[in-house]
Amino acid sequence: MAVLLLWMIVPLVMTVWFSFQRYNLLDPSADAFAGIDNYVFLVTDPDFWVSLTNTLILLASVLAITVGLGTLLAVLFDQDFPGRGIARVLAISPFFVMPTVAALIWKNLMMHPIYGVFGAIARAFGLEPVDWFAEYPMASVIAIVSWEWLPFALLILLTAVQSLDHEQREAARMDGAGVFAQFFFITLPHLSRAISVVIMIETIFLLTVFAEIFVTTSGGPGNATTNLAFLIYARALLQFDVGGASAGGVVAILLANIVAFFLVRSIARRLEV
Amino acid sequence: MATVTLRGLRKSYGPVEAIKGIDLDVADREFVVFVGPSGCGKSTLLRMIAGLEQITSGDLLIEGARVNDVGPADRGLAMVFQSYALYPHMTVRQNMGFALRLARVPKAERDRKVEAAAAVLQLQPYLERTPKELSGGQRQRVAIGRAIVRQPKVFLFDEPLSNLDAALRGQMRIELARLHEELQATMIYVTHDQVEAMTMADKIVVLQAGRVEQVGSPLELYHSPANLFVAGFIGSPRMNMLQSEVAGADATGVAIDVGPGARIVVPVQQGQVRQGDRVTLGIRPESLAAYDEGQLAGTVRLVERLGGMTLLHVGTEADLPLIVQTDGADVTSAHAPIRLAVDAAACHVFSADGLALPHLATHRLVARPEA
Repeated sequence: MAVLLLWMIVPLVMTVWFSFQRYNLLDPSADAFAGIDNYVFLVTDPDFWVSLTNTLILLASVLAITVGLGTLLAVLFDQDFPGRGIARVLAISPFFVMPTVAALIWKNLMMHPIYGVFGAIARAFGLEPVDWFAEYPMASVIAIVSWEWLPFALLILLTAVQSLDHEQREAARMDGAGVFAQFFFITLPHLSRAISVVIMIETIFLLTVFAEIFVTTSGGPGNATTNLAFLIYARALLQFDVGGASAGGVVAILLANIVAFFLVRSIARRLEV
Repeated sequence: MATVTLRGLRKSYGPVEAIKGIDLDVADREFVVFVGPSGCGKSTLLRMIAGLEQITSGDLLIEGARVNDVGPADRGLAMVFQSYALYPHMTVRQNMGFALRLARVPKAERDRKVEAAAAVLQLQPYLERTPKELSGGQRQRVAIGRAIVRQPKVFLFDEPLSNLDAALRGQMRIELARLHEELQATMIYVTHDQVEAMTMADKIVVLQAGRVEQVGSPLELYHSPANLFVAGFIGSPRMNMLQSEVAGADATGVAIDVGPGARIVVPVQQGQVRQGDRVTLGIRPESLAAYDEGQLAGTVRLVERLGGMTLLHVGTEADLPLIVQTDGADVTSAHAPIRLAVDAAACHVFSADGLALPHLATHRLVARPEA
């Protein structure tokens, strides 16, 4: 217990401590107690609010895409069709690609206006290739992160779909439910628990997306794709402002806890059913 | 008039034929039970009638109209599943009203119908609960209620009582019989439990390996089984089967030697059977009785006392195992020598191809529909 407590408490306390210090790596001698200056500076920094918004946009979009597409694909992959086993492996494999590599592949092989596949397709149709990261930076990051997390959602939801009692679906057919009614009245409620689990786990990881942004846009152009994790990184290791970064870190902890609080509450209620 | 007619119904899974041509007429308001061992195709046949399985060939007629290509919801049937298949996230009321909701029946009418069905099944106190808050028997009743609400032409039951304990099963059996009378509906019921078949059915269909072995009233099957399979399947404890030889055959019946100097004459039509032919003699356990001047001699090997009756497992002199059903007050002890009398009139004779020789007289409880 004591070890676990230390394990948790020391970094937390140090972060909180630094967040109240004036502590810049470029001028370590100028350290002093700063009070809430770091926080004041943070909340008055327009970058902070942008990064907060970006974090939530990224989270919400990726969740919507992965859960929505994941549910559809799970129902699809539950049907019997030739080559289903191979299709399943292919659909799940992106999950094994590490984020940095995935981002690099997307940046250079897929979305690059000159060398990328999308650019080639656009040219094949005689269109102007799109410079994705310059023109739609946030959408591009969302696409990459969704691509990485879709297999996870699919995997969890597919196992859930498979556990649906087939007699229930047959009973619904006898009751006159068509394909859509079966999906909305039988399959979707059955999946609600699995969907909650997917949302909870993805949320934990999506609040801290970093590698994909660092590799592709570095938070830009401007601050268009700077999320909270990237902002903290930029404060600490690009501007060497440990105090300000720590303040951002504390805010990130608060944000994660607020989200987790609501999530756990709603999911706990669901798991009771 | 909800009749169901099967004409040459077949079902193949690739090269494997599961249902091998079934003809059957289910009359209006009849309670028909499909019975047979596991894998005999009885559930498949029911699912074909329900529309959950495609019919490979043959015709299925409901009320005289061919419904092979009609979807399961439009055949006017309702099915009660073995697992009940209740929708876990819906309340009892929503479960029972689901079909009406899909059919866009107004809420007031829906509620009225659900409550009427709940009243029949004594489910009113549970309408707002979800299935997991109910006991096994209550869930079973909700599954039946879901069928009743739709007011189907025909009810289909797929082994509905097999998940209940013995006491509840007995109770639900009575309840189903009452429902059948109350609703005046045609019902088709699948089970492997012959007690359910015997007690509830107007007509039993015995199936084996995708074929109909015999169709008839419960007592008809019991007293005049058409062949060895039906004779062995219907009745508990099982009918004793003795391999024997015909000692003589004439218009009064077939004579068989059941032991040295012990000849019985079974009053059946001699048909093609001649002296010396191999036949199987079928003796129900209750057609044997301990009797000092009995034709069969043997030794009691095991005594099973069930209270109301006692089962004696006897080995004859020729070392054939026999089960004898006697009174619960029987005092015979194991390993004692015993002589058994055979009620020849109640015996059955099966020729070498397994078919029963018809009795000269029909049992007084069996009304022959064709006679």
